[in-house]
Amino acid sequence: MQIVVDLTRCQGYAQCVFLSPDVFQLHGQEGLLYAPSVPEDQVQRVRQAVAACPVQAILAGEEVAAGGG
Amino acid sequence: MAGELRDGRIVVVGASLAGLRAAETLREEGFTGSLTVVGDEPYPPYDRPPLSKQVLIGGVPADTTGLPTRRDPDADWRLGVAATGLDLLERRVLLADGESLPYDRVLIATGTRARPWPDAGEAALDGVFTLRTRDDASGLAERLDAGPGRVLVIGAGFTGSEIASACRERGLDVTVAERGPAPLVGALGGTLSQLAAVMHRGHGVDLRCGVTVTALLGDGNERFVGADLSDGTRVEADVCVVALGAVRNVEWLADSGLAAGARGIACDAGCRAFNMYGIVTDDVFVAGDVSRFPHPLFGYQMLSLEHWGNAVAQAEVAAHNMINPGPLQRPHLAVPTFWSTQFGLNIKSVGVPTYSDHVVIAQGSLEARRLAVVYGYRGRVTAAVTVDMAKSLDYYRHLIETAAPFPPPPGAADRAIAADVPIPSDVPDPKGLSHEPVVALTGHLPDRRLMVVQPTR
Repeated sequence: MQIVVDLTRCQGYAQCVFLSPDVFQLHGQEGLLYAPSVPEDQVQRVRQAVAACPVQAILAGEEVAAGGG
Repeated sequence: MAGELRDGRIVVVGASLAGLRAAETLREEGFTGSLTVVGDEPYPPYDRPPLSKQVLIGGVPADTTGLPTRRDPDADWRLGVAATGLDLLERRVLLADGESLPYDRVLIATGTRARPWPDAGEAALDGVFTLRTRDDASGLAERLDAGPGRVLVIGAGFTGSEIASACRERGLDVTVAERGPAPLVGALGGTLSQLAAVMHRGHGVDLRCGVTVTALLGDGNERFVGADLSDGTRVEADVCVVALGAVRNVEWLADSGLAAGARGIACDAGCRAFNMYGIVTDDVFVAGDVSRFPHPLFGYQMLSLEHWGNAVAQAEVAAHNMINPGPLQRPHLAVPTFWSTQFGLNIKSVGVPTYSDHVVIAQGSLEARRLAVVYGYRGRVTAAVTVDMAKSLDYYRHLIETAAPFPPPPGAADRAIAADVPIPSDVPDPKGLSHEPVVALTGHLPDRRLMVVQPTR
């Protein structure tokens, strides 16, 4: 699973940080840094974070299958 | 006609954020024809903002920032092949491998690249980097892992400042050289640039403003060892990051007849490209960093923005308009927004801060390192920047969208006296800075009527 956070939309509520601290971290008071590639054992927590985000800024999914063709 | 537009051949040139979001939107809105996405890098679309933050700080490898899709755009991905030309008459995209792709509609989303150090020999020294791509970030992170004695960052715009911040977080010594009077002054003006300078120095950055780097020095074995500055001093360093801003990827369009230049490709609010006569095309669309588009909130100036959010929003509008007839097309009117995380501060901006004559500190204070600065132009709110006050930003966005008077009316409980004291916004001419502006107002003065078309062959 890959994630990207729309940091234009993020307002630093940090619900994701509480739910999945291994993936999401605050840098200072409200700057969000995260690991775009989600470890297998964090997938469930990240799904919760996606759902809990008050501004719905987290997109989780897979990379494109760009094998050509 | 709408049915016809949902079929046919669409080529998207550019396989980064804008190209991906456009491809997804085309499918989401019912495009059933053939879709080809061309990218010069060999990688599927990946996210760039983490490359100057998480990736450099460490812990996030450069090759793990791949962008998730909202849906599989079911496209033919031509990755690792650059587009080299566009034939508007024959409707073909020419590729570096000699192939050409026929299209019915094409989207140009080729973005930007890092502005290289002007001296090619010096730029080629081992230890000299730019930062734009996954490969750049991977090479730089590896070099930072090795624990260099000092890192020299040239240019104190957003990228340069984020790089310096990441280096300090790693405990590395950093010198930042900037030609302008302070970091971020070109994007945010005088008031916030003072805070930026304090943050640099407070975090142990050796910040040198008002200087230029006159030469990068090698050790005789083509290894970077330092640089000479215009004030006569010399900085010894093992790594140099050239952060002079971005160059638009438009060279491949030089012979196309499109209005493509150093500031990007001009297009209308519907993302349709202009040709060099200023006539709008109906089958060539533009989105993302490579575009220049008019915005009614900013005097219809042609904006060229290097913003993540703009790439997404404009790509979605472009894709919608590519498959809808005129009356159903939408304008790209999103208010520009961006963010930067550096030295533990979260800086967010809405509107165009450089389109301003005065600012007020509407909330918080510089001392608290937590504030909202509102920018005005001729008595109207045109932008706002928050530092660790992101939740306030939507309020100011609303003021901008509604052309609220400046100074803004009371809207916050913690309104300071400073909120009623406009001070000059102090935005310098970008020519005096080391780095290119991330927001460029590219309107032309009416007294400059000369247009020269210079064929390259």
